Amino acid sequence: MHLILFLIFAGFCLAGAVNLLLQTHPINSALSLIVVMSSLAVLYLLLGAEFLAIAQIIVYAGAVMVLFTFVVMLLNVGEEERTHGSKIAKTIGFPAIFVFFAVITTVILEAQRRLGGVKLSDGITTTQELSKVLFTDMLLPFELTSVLVLIAILGAVALARKEGHS
Amino acid sequence: MHFDSVPSSWYLILSALLFVLGVVGFLIKRSLITVFMSIELMLNAVNLSFVTFAHEWHAVQGQIFVFFVMMVAAAEAAVGLAIIIAIFRSRQTLNVDQIDLMKL
Repeated sequence: MHLILFLIFAGFCLAGAVNLLLQTHPINSALSLIVVMSSLAVLYLLLGAEFLAIAQIIVYAGAVMVLFTFVVMLLNVGEEERTHGSKIAKTIGFPAIFVFFAVITTVILEAQRRLGGVKLSDGITTTQELSKVLFTDMLLPFELTSVLVLIAILGAVALARKEGHS
Repeated sequence: MHFDSVPSSWYLILSALLFVLGVVGFLIKRSLITVFMSIELMLNAVNLSFVTFAHEWHAVQGQIFVFFVMMVAAAEAAVGLAIIIAIFRSRQTLNVDQIDLMKL
């Protein structure tokens, strides 16, 4: 059962990510990114992270992607033109990312015996447990995120303001 | 291998694949807004491996890190999209080939 669920949603995830690269219109890319985010939420649930699954849906698939689609519609961006791209990306970027993937995969497969498995019957981390650590050991970073978000809001308002008066 | 269990390494390899797709998107996409979406894809790939390791070692700290990454990503999306709007206003385009002010 777990294997089937994993395969289905991992497939959705990869298909969405590949579709993001293939589409030329930004709105299609945004919609396939929503598919990726939502199937990642299911994978989090399979891994026993119930709070993060919901936060993924609300924060990413909800708030962030609405922001993206709004900006795409607001600016009325057309299809992107396909050009050749930079030489640096071709000569260094693609070999580097291939080497990176090869190294990561070898390391993971090498360590596979020491890593365990994921079962559906595994206990899930409840929101209560998570918040207990968040509000005791991690209280200062948690409060700092509120400052970060406040600064981000102020910065976004300042950047997007229309410069008409001065 | 049993039918009801999946090795943790599969989740990690999925995470690596998503990260690689994000980097490839960053390199090949020409529209500023899809380049930005690729960055979100990379952040999500890293989140998946954080959650997998948190499950592997029964540690809550990994999930708390994912929470912080989500917060930073939300703040980054707000500021980044405001920058995109400002750039579009001054240049009338989102093509990265034409927005090369900071190129060496």
